[in-house]
Amino acid sequence: MAKRLGQQTIVLDKQPIVLAGAAIVGRKEGDGPLAKYFDEVVDDEYAGEKTFEAAESRLMRDAFIKALEKSGKAAKDINVILSGDLLNQCTAASYAFRDSDTPYLGLFGACSTMSESMLIGSILIDSGAADYVACAASSHFCSAERQFRFPLEYGSQRTPTAQWTVTGAGTVILGKDGQGPRITCVTPGKIIDEGIKDANNMGAAMSPAACDTIVQHLQDTGRSVDDYDLILTGDLGSFGSAMLRELTVRNHIDLKSKHNDCGMMIFDLARQGVDCGESGCGCSAAVFSAYILEQFRLGLLKRILFIATGALLSPTRTQQGETIPGIAHAVCVEA
Amino acid sequence: MKKPISKHEYQKLVEKKAPGSHVVRNLFAAFFTGGLICTVGQGIMMLVKSFGADKDTVAAVTSITMIFLGAFLTGINVYDEIGKFGGAGASVPITGFSNSIVSPAMEFKKEGYVMGVGAKMFLIAGPVLVYGIFASVVAGIVYFIWKQVM
Amino acid sequence: MIDLLKAFLLGGVICVIGQLLIDLTKLTPARIMVLFVVCGVVLGLLGIYPCLVDWGGAGATVPLTGFGNVLAKGVMKDVDEFGFLGVFTGGVKAAAAGITAAVTFGYIIAITSKARIKK
Repeated sequence: MAKRLGQQTIVLDKQPIVLAGAAIVGRKEGDGPLAKYFDEVVDDEYAGEKTFEAAESRLMRDAFIKALEKSGKAAKDINVILSGDLLNQCTAASYAFRDSDTPYLGLFGACSTMSESMLIGSILIDSGAADYVACAASSHFCSAERQFRFPLEYGSQRTPTAQWTVTGAGTVILGKDGQGPRITCVTPGKIIDEGIKDANNMGAAMSPAACDTIVQHLQDTGRSVDDYDLILTGDLGSFGSAMLRELTVRNHIDLKSKHNDCGMMIFDLARQGVDCGESGCGCSAAVFSAYILEQFRLGLLKRILFIATGALLSPTRTQQGETIPGIAHAVCVEA
Repeated sequence: MKKPISKHEYQKLVEKKAPGSHVVRNLFAAFFTGGLICTVGQGIMMLVKSFGADKDTVAAVTSITMIFLGAFLTGINVYDEIGKFGGAGASVPITGFSNSIVSPAMEFKKEGYVMGVGAKMFLIAGPVLVYGIFASVVAGIVYFIWKQVM
Repeated sequence: MIDLLKAFLLGGVICVIGQLLIDLTKLTPARIMVLFVVCGVVLGLLGIYPCLVDWGGAGATVPLTGFGNVLAKGVMKDVDEFGFLGVFTGGVKAAAAGITAAVTFGYIIAITSKARIKK
């Protein structure tokens, strides 16, 4: 059974295994540095569907099917799907899995959804409540733009701190047995709001939460940065990452060269014209499910801390003048 | 856990460290784009005038043509690129007004012709009409009173 | 020829003011559009904007401030003609061509074209 360690960390006894992962991304992501790790690149932003929302669901469903295939499991082996996305009412996820004939729990953690789903999934397996769990998250540039910003064809400039929403979906299959890296402990994060109001600067809104979770995790486990090969934050982007460093230094933690951010990995920031990096649930989901798992398979990583970060932003509340709360959940994955 | 930095300090830090816009580049781009669009407008004006149209007709035909151009360039997926380059140079001219009407209408077509195209058409441009018309009413009242007094 | 140059210069300068507001004040483009129209109405009422139009032609009429000026011009004309009733009729009457064109072309273009992603 899972045991609490310190304030927030949960140590998993059975150490659930990440059996397989799959990621499907859009054209721009398929043109980036991680292109070769993705299972599929979909050139058409509609993915053969009529609307962007349907396209996002399509990516999610296909990534799920692909991950199942790679894990050698069938849909009926999966006890529960844990999934979410950025759209209102978790639209992409619920429509992606409506025909899956599998119990489904919808999650909203904004861009932290991937680690949130892995966190809950691994506890479910550890407790014996489930044998196999699918964790999935997605985002789509076009569906996010129309919900959070402007119509696609509206001529506007992005501010320099604005992040680009990734078009993509990632799924991992967790199991009680099998081959693959193990999830050894998890640290759910607190909602941290440091008063950032600018919806075009989500990196700065999320980095205090990322810092809080990292500090708490290290404190609870008694580990240091050196115990990890990689501290991988969700999608803070380049500015958010710089702010994270500022904050961790103030907590007497030196991230050294151990830190990287999913939001700076999918695109070549300068060449692809994304000023500050990327965001969106699909970003950390795709990077983890494709690139990170491959690094584990190749034996290049032994132990990482995966901290997907979310800006719990509501367009309604920001219009009402509210600030943006951030959240970050940590999952420790070991070879 | 002890907080090493206060909310206020953090906001200050973010403000200080945030990368600024490329102001000079943006200003040149806005000047060039806006200037060019207005030059096109001037060209149309001169053309219509050369047909012997009166002043009001020239003005109306010019704005109708410019609005058409803005709508057309939006429809062929070009105006957003102009906007990305030119910023205010693309959104301040009347072509930008047109872009702000066509782009949501296109985007929300999938939600139907009434609640999508019809309702969302003025999503961005609506405030311009609301405040423009309201300001004209206030201006009219001021002008009316001024006329009574003088 | 000189008229084209004047239009370029004046139009450019008005847009630069807009860009300065975007970059330095964090005002959103929608707010700036509103601000420009209202400024156009005020400057039109004060008789300043017509001078700009005389000098810069389309450089003054094409930007949104020109739309505000049209509204002001229209409302003053109708107040002259119909008295107080003109307050309600003048603005939109003068802007009718622009608004109708925007709705018409907007509708036609919207139903015939498709939104695509930016590369």
